[in-house]
Amino acid sequence: MSKLIKGETGEWEVVIGLEVHAQILSNSKLFSGASTEFGAEPNSQVSFIDAGMPGMLPVINKKCVEQAVRTGLGLKAQINLTSVFDRKNYFYPDLPQGYQISQYKNPIVGEGEVFIDMPGDETVRVGIERLHMEQDAGKSLHDQHADYSYVDLNRSGIALMEIVTRPDMRSSEEAAAFLRKLRAIVRYLGTCDGNMDEGSMRADVNVSVRKPGAELGTRCEIKNVNSMRFIAQAVEYEARRQIEVIEGGGKIRQETRLFDNRAGETRPMRSKEEAHDYRYFPDPDLLPLVLDAAWVEAIKASLPELPDEKKARFVKDYGVSSYDAGVLVAERELADYYEALAQGVDAKVAANWLNNEILGRLNRDGRSIADCPVSAQANNSIIRMMADGTISGKIAKDLLDIVWSEGGDPKALVESRGLKQVTDTGAIEKAVDAVIAANPDKVEEVKAKPKLSAWFVGQVMKRTDGKANPQVVNAILKQRLNLPDEG
Amino acid sequence: MSEITDFTLAEARDAVRAKKVSSTELTKAFVGAIEKARSLNAFVTETPERALEMAAASDARIAKGEGRPLEGLPLAIKDLFCTKGVRTTAGSNILNNFVPPYESTVSQNLWDAGAVLLGKTNMDEFAMGSSNETSHFKPVISPWRARNSNQSLVPGGSSGGSASAVAANLCLGATGTDTGGSIRQPAAVTGTVGLKPTYGRCSRWGIVAFASSLDQAGPMACSVRDCAILMRHMASVDPKDSTSVDVPVPDYEATLENGVKGLRVGIPKEYRIDGAPPEIDAMWAKGAEWLKAQGAEIVDVSLPHTKYALPAYYIVAPAEASSNLARYDGVRFGHRAKDVRDITDLYEKSRAEGFGAEVRRRILIGTYVLSAGYYDAYYTRAQKIRALILRDFTEAFEKCDVLLTPATPGPAFALGSKSSDPVAMYLNDVFTVTVNLAGLPGLAVPAGLTGDGLPLGLQIIGKAFDEATVLRAGRSVELASGFTAKPQPWWRAA
Repeated sequence: MSKLIKGETGEWEVVIGLEVHAQILSNSKLFSGASTEFGAEPNSQVSFIDAGMPGMLPVINKKCVEQAVRTGLGLKAQINLTSVFDRKNYFYPDLPQGYQISQYKNPIVGEGEVFIDMPGDETVRVGIERLHMEQDAGKSLHDQHADYSYVDLNRSGIALMEIVTRPDMRSSEEAAAFLRKLRAIVRYLGTCDGNMDEGSMRADVNVSVRKPGAELGTRCEIKNVNSMRFIAQAVEYEARRQIEVIEGGGKIRQETRLFDNRAGETRPMRSKEEAHDYRYFPDPDLLPLVLDAAWVEAIKASLPELPDEKKARFVKDYGVSSYDAGVLVAERELADYYEALAQGVDAKVAANWLNNEILGRLNRDGRSIADCPVSAQANNSIIRMMADGTISGKIAKDLLDIVWSEGGDPKALVESRGLKQVTDTGAIEKAVDAVIAANPDKVEEVKAKPKLSAWFVGQVMKRTDGKANPQVVNAILKQRLNLPDEG
Repeated sequence: MSEITDFTLAEARDAVRAKKVSSTELTKAFVGAIEKARSLNAFVTETPERALEMAAASDARIAKGEGRPLEGLPLAIKDLFCTKGVRTTAGSNILNNFVPPYESTVSQNLWDAGAVLLGKTNMDEFAMGSSNETSHFKPVISPWRARNSNQSLVPGGSSGGSASAVAANLCLGATGTDTGGSIRQPAAVTGTVGLKPTYGRCSRWGIVAFASSLDQAGPMACSVRDCAILMRHMASVDPKDSTSVDVPVPDYEATLENGVKGLRVGIPKEYRIDGAPPEIDAMWAKGAEWLKAQGAEIVDVSLPHTKYALPAYYIVAPAEASSNLARYDGVRFGHRAKDVRDITDLYEKSRAEGFGAEVRRRILIGTYVLSAGYYDAYYTRAQKIRALILRDFTEAFEKCDVLLTPATPGPAFALGSKSSDPVAMYLNDVFTVTVNLAGLPGLAVPAGLTGDGLPLGLQIIGKAFDEATVLRAGRSVELASGFTAKPQPWWRAA
């Protein structure tokens, strides 16, 4: 698949970097004790600090620092034992202090990397430039009153991590894959819930275009891209816009653009003349943040197995394909489910069962793996019964449907509902003979065309309510109809 | 004629403890004195009802034998400290009607020790000024007048209301804050004692911020002992202020009379400035002699970067102020302009109407020095100067235990005489800003009167968290000077 975009003057390469704002999972805000719960009544989770009251002072929330360090370690990044909080000064009604406390020159996390899998077994390395902590702003509500805007400060002061990548992505697919991977990593780490709908993960996308191999072009920053789908749309639109401008003899101005998801286009947000001078300087209310190396090591030792390592282990231990492993580890819950499912059974059978049967049904019901109605253990038991011939594959699926909608223990259900596979050759022979007797014309046909034996198998299964062991049915059919072995 | 309001804080404390006088009697006397002294304009808000309630509660405690260290002692609080339920203006129109729903840590510490709130004292707007003339609530007048003169004088600033109130015996003591000299300069020019403790000694929580890396609260009172007593009950480490420091707070009063025998007192040569009145140098020399006579060793030291302190201060302080004052935007509290077109108009008008000229000037300076392209030339260099000034002190303190300097370049000046010349006004801080830049403790203690009968003070500078030695040296100056002068109470007739 070519990543290049065709223009009138030839092919163009799009260069993408991301600035991801990820809300840190913590009970209270970055510098105050107010709650961070989503969806509360406006202005019900606001401390005097969050409201920027006179004389109020910020005090760092250690939990948030730990989460940032965890994330940094998960991104295989350098942890800076000394970092500094700065003030980013600007006026806006949802910014009560008149400045945002952020980290500017000395972020808590430095260079790291993330690997993303693309189709065709391609792996792309995306460099992480930095991760820093900062306060979120409040929310301006412009639709509550005809003449006034309202402000909700519940979000004011909530801890964010801003994760900045190197311009290492070359297509909207790569950008989306990176975001998915980053989301998986922070969810594995438990440092961000990755919920884009609730705004706990948002991305600003830096886009530029160039002729392949040329110097980097001038970039535009696209704000307000709050879903995976929009990222693809925004990148596509913006890349084509820039190509048109350049090919039309124009120049790209470095600017901030807003993505309008209804129109599917980007628009300039503010001109250069209105560009902010944020007057960053170290926040004198906060001492430099100094971390204990042993504390960082302890966090490192407590990290869970991350997607990349888990995927490698799945390939090695379960023998699943790299692609399947990638799908399985995308969500920690799915990976955990799979591991429980594959316990003591053929790992590939388990992977197929998960992909075809379980995920198919979840998809149909609009559920996630976390609220799958049938436990991995129950499914494991179904697979085991299928493997030892207690039930047929067909019955296994029926059984799953029953457990899915009615619940119950699969083993008990097999007993109580008489779903056991018939391996009694006598009973099967009877059924085979009955089918042969009832269809003399088909018997003639199958002798000429041995592949038609499948039709007989189907008929026999029907007669036995699906309980006949298909291998036994096949063997008896071959014998009765004198079919060749490879038929 | 001796009056109950003539008590020092220590005397009043002992009298209340001995039940010779009740807190209610004491409080009534001060409430009355404040009423009669309104021409000084020392208070923005008087709280007589609350004072009498607190006094009654104190008397009840004393009756039960549950008196605390400052039980029943009436104090004045600078209007920069947020007081729960009591209007707190910071001397500004923008906080004209601001009633905080919380109490500053320092004032809470005082109430927890039993003190009584008389009211909130006037101050330069947002503590920016050296004469109290920038207050939105009109200037404070010093109780002092030059001999044979009716000219109104400034009480210094920014804690001018507190200084006037202490000098005129309107309270037993007061809180001040000191960012560049705002406790020590007004104390010096009103013949009172003021201590700016080490940065981090007092919590800044609940104090309206001017320049966060320099602001410190401290006591102002009639004697060194009174400051020692108040300091102990203002100081605390505070989990709500990340810059407060966990160093034990000693009983300063207990070591106050230990003398200066063997104490090495440094005289920094750079504090001798051209153009200062000869009386200043003379007073300084006398101070050194007093200490030497009591057994101290006088050592010549050098603080070579002193001359850069004032410029560095007037970069760092406005820079931080420009950001600290951004929250006064008319959106959530404080003054909001009417009839505005949009949000930008709301900001511009609210802030133009809410802030006075000096505050606007410093916001502009601060915004400028932090701007892209100027930051390194100003802010970064000022921070380097700051580090050098701290190093100067560290090196000097290898040779001595405290430093003795003048507190101000001159006595109180006439109201209006410097208000049109900001630079002349800023020069008032020349001896005090270095201490803020280095985060050290500094004490202003009265040393004598000028030929015109106006007080002059000396400054004792100490090592970080060594307020005990500073107070002890100050006590020795106080003993030697025998300073007991009080202004004539002309304001009572008015």
